[in-house]
Amino acid sequence: MADTGVVETLLRLIEKVDDGVDSLEVAASLGVDHQVIVGAVKSLQALGDIISAELRSSKHWELTEEGTEIAEQGSHEARVFSSIPLEGLAQSELMKLSFGKIGFSKAMSNKWIRVDKSHEGGPRIFKTVESIDDQVREKLLLVKKANTAQLEEKEKNELKKRKLLSEVTVKSYWISKGISFSTTITKQETELTPEMVANGSWKEKKFKPYNFEAMGVAPDCGHLHPLMKVRTQFRQIFLEMGFTEMPTNNFIESSFWNFDSLFQPQQHPARDQHDTFFLSDPALAHEFPQDYLERVKKVHSEGGFGSQGYKYDWKIEEAQKNILRTHTTAVSARMLYKLAQQKFTPVKYFSIDRVFRNETLDATHLAEFHQIEGVVADYGLTLGDLMGILHQFFTKLGITKLRFKPAYNPYTEPSMEVFSYHEGLKKWVEVGNSGVFRPEMLLPMGLPEDVSVIAWGLSLERPTMIKYGINNIRELVGHKVNLQMVYDSPICRLDPNTA
Amino acid sequence: MPTVGVKRDLLFKALGRTYTDEEFDELCFEFGLELDEITSEKEIISREQGDSKASGASDTILYKIDVPANRYDLLCLEGLVRGLQVFKNTLEAPRYRRVSPSSGEPQKLVITKETAAVRPHAVAAVLRNITFTQERYDSFIELQEKLHQNICRLRSLVAIGTHDLDTISGPFTYTAKPPGDISFKPLNQTKEYTATQLMSLYKTDSHLRHYLHIIEDKPVYPVIYDSNGIVLSMPPIINGDHSKITLKTKNVFIECTATDVTKAKIVLDMMVTMFSEYCSQPFTVEEAEVVYPDGKTYKYPELAYRKEKLSSEFINRKVGINESTEKIAQLLTRMCLLSQATGVGDEIEVEIPPTRSDIIHACDIMEDAAMAYGFNNIPRTTPRTYTVANQQFVPSLFLGHSCPLRQIVAHLSSLTTLCHHQVARTTLLPGLLKTIAANRKMPLPLKLFEISDVVLKDETKDVGARNSRRFCAVYYNKSPGFEVIHGLLDRTMQLLEVKSVRGDGYHIQAADDSTFFPGRCAEIFVRGKSVGRLGVLHPDVINRFELTMPCSALEMDIEPFL
Repeated sequence: MADTGVVETLLRLIEKVDDGVDSLEVAASLGVDHQVIVGAVKSLQALGDIISAELRSSKHWELTEEGTEIAEQGSHEARVFSSIPLEGLAQSELMKLSFGKIGFSKAMSNKWIRVDKSHEGGPRIFKTVESIDDQVREKLLLVKKANTAQLEEKEKNELKKRKLLSEVTVKSYWISKGISFSTTITKQETELTPEMVANGSWKEKKFKPYNFEAMGVAPDCGHLHPLMKVRTQFRQIFLEMGFTEMPTNNFIESSFWNFDSLFQPQQHPARDQHDTFFLSDPALAHEFPQDYLERVKKVHSEGGFGSQGYKYDWKIEEAQKNILRTHTTAVSARMLYKLAQQKFTPVKYFSIDRVFRNETLDATHLAEFHQIEGVVADYGLTLGDLMGILHQFFTKLGITKLRFKPAYNPYTEPSMEVFSYHEGLKKWVEVGNSGVFRPEMLLPMGLPEDVSVIAWGLSLERPTMIKYGINNIRELVGHKVNLQMVYDSPICRLDPNTA
Repeated sequence: MPTVGVKRDLLFKALGRTYTDEEFDELCFEFGLELDEITSEKEIISREQGDSKASGASDTILYKIDVPANRYDLLCLEGLVRGLQVFKNTLEAPRYRRVSPSSGEPQKLVITKETAAVRPHAVAAVLRNITFTQERYDSFIELQEKLHQNICRLRSLVAIGTHDLDTISGPFTYTAKPPGDISFKPLNQTKEYTATQLMSLYKTDSHLRHYLHIIEDKPVYPVIYDSNGIVLSMPPIINGDHSKITLKTKNVFIECTATDVTKAKIVLDMMVTMFSEYCSQPFTVEEAEVVYPDGKTYKYPELAYRKEKLSSEFINRKVGINESTEKIAQLLTRMCLLSQATGVGDEIEVEIPPTRSDIIHACDIMEDAAMAYGFNNIPRTTPRTYTVANQQFVPSLFLGHSCPLRQIVAHLSSLTTLCHHQVARTTLLPGLLKTIAANRKMPLPLKLFEISDVVLKDETKDVGARNSRRFCAVYYNKSPGFEVIHGLLDRTMQLLEVKSVRGDGYHIQAADDSTFFPGRCAEIFVRGKSVGRLGVLHPDVINRFELTMPCSALEMDIEPFL
């Protein structure tokens, strides 16, 4: 609350006038700083409509420090003139004066003084006129008395150039009576206190209104990373659809489970060091189900189970090589093998976890990402079933318009890329990959011949980047993650009503 | 996925009709191709080398088409057009025939035993009375390149050499010699080089240097001579200049040398099926004989047609449709798999042509039927699979700290590129500290946590390593805030129902650890077992991560709670 004295004086001033008063004039008449009046206006405004204050701004000219000096003591050239006696003054003496240098050249160009260079004892300066008219000082005095109107723009600008004048913008309030004008003000309470509640004094009090425009205080809370939020949603969708989560806590996998068991031939480019991270320690896996391994070897090198095979020299040394898994399908392979060792019951599995690829890093690719994968194994599943289940899955994500493109994948046949129609881009965009696992993968595991396994996969990062409008994956994943983005990102809902 | 570039107008001319870009895109989609880009030579050069270089280039429209990695028969204009025309029912798939030469004496390629040490296999064939135009010639060269890039695994499995048969005379000898003993004028060079000189010459060749490693370290290099000692090629690196193909070439001798004979046969079949179209007797290929060191003789190309029998019920059941046997036979025929109902029940006999090496199982035939039917015409059904869902335990700790989620392998790169660290992380703390360093502009305090897996060596696992789930948290502020991190541990334990007692519960006790400030580190014990540490970080650690404030941290194993 501003000084109550000033507030009351201000209110009485306003009461007397018909229209209003200017805050600058009030400050001048009361002999206080303008800011004090501004403070009083602000505190009156906070009380409601006692006064109305309209912000005005005006420009006016002010003397600079140098200008003030000149207005008081005369221009430098005038001072030079008046400091020269009749018998003249040595130039060296003149230059010792504070105004000497500037005043000398101006006085010379005004032809008020002359220099006798041949004078004995050095150059000497003499007056050339008897009296002078110090116009600069007079002009500045006009400004000082606020009679700037009498000066021409040109003159003002010249003085501004000489840094004697400056133009300043002054903000002031035009203050007039408000709707509920009154010269007496009651002190308002800021908050309800325990005492007021206890003794009922709140009934008599007036309370200061809240500023509902202001933000509240941020709660001290944690924030989950957007990828985790989106992952939770995908888990939820799978669980709703009756899928069981696979244990995916094995980043290090043997080539056998990652490739060979999936009927991916050993010369396949994905098994190249350009695409996959190989481990140097532990470099090799040392334990495999032997009879299964023999069946895998046979189906690759000779065929069988109705297949021609790839007809190449399959090597255990390749299968042993440890890698960072390139897909979670390696986990699915282990799970399906495990399933085949028991009496078959239909299953629906899912996983969401990290996979690693030796990619060229750019704004949308990192050496690792999260793969979302769904797998269904049952008797007599059809390609139509795969499309149907994909339709249900994507409907839960808010994506209803799907179509399928034939594709190639070494371990699924048929293979289908899933496209959805993007309303914004007005085109079909790829949203995932899917297929029916090949018999060459399933039969060596020991699964019954009439069991089909359908599967699909997509990345977690891409839907997250789209959902949260992130363009650079490095901002999302890795230590360069933008914490402000983590703090600000909203909850994730993927259901159709909010997508 | 290989990408094939074809001139649009040439393609439409061959297809016998024009399409709008959208129509052609749609056709590709149905057929499992992808119209990846519509561009021109000019556009490509201007994008890669700048506008100034592109001024003279052609602005003929090019279609860049993505082809599935196992469809080698679609890697050139000729194959694409044939595949699409058969698919659209405007052409019957041609029959490819191997014929004996009119002279009666086939060309012979004799393999000597020395090749066993480096590249033991070879196959060969002759295209007789072929007519090249500039476009056909370009496509012929381009197909070799595409095959080399894909099925040939950058020439390591198979390398193709094509020669003007009228400049050389058989029988040909495929042998291997020490590099110093091989000397010839290689393609597009003006003088002779020894193989040793060639290897150093091509070290700087942007194209050929990628293939040198295949034979570089071998004591002998593969080489093919004609009966007069003229070098045809030094596979898999370069052909001789003497026998090079020109637009005027009428008779082409094709040899493929290989470490994988199955792939060599496929590659040879692809070359001859695609380009025998331009022979005076279209789709006929003159046989060549290959004699192995053990005296066994083989006739190539194989051009084998294989017959498979399957039931229409199988296809209907796997795809989820209900079509007649005749209709399914028609569908398959449209995929270049000539098929007919045998009349025995619902049996269909399917003939797999030499161009379809990708068909290795009945499921491949089933997929082709589904493609011809149209994936998007198949009714979408819901499987009746009944299951009960289960989930892995995800600890939902949400304790006022923020989770930045970081990479497992920050600087991991391949063995072949210039690599620095090759470690999967074994601790979470450095990553969180790096995250703070990258977010120094954020207001204090910074409170971060991460629950994630690290990788540890473990001999008891089949792969020799296992994941271990960790919980890590840091508090970064003007004061170290040990009490904050300690409180976080207490709260975590409370949520996990572990009481603060020695023995059965958890407790912490002073420990020495160079990561932490002396006297400000404690070890965490849960049920008597050490699970991790917490404390105030050592200033040297703080400095090394380019941080300036005190920091306390906690890292512990949470496997016991999963």
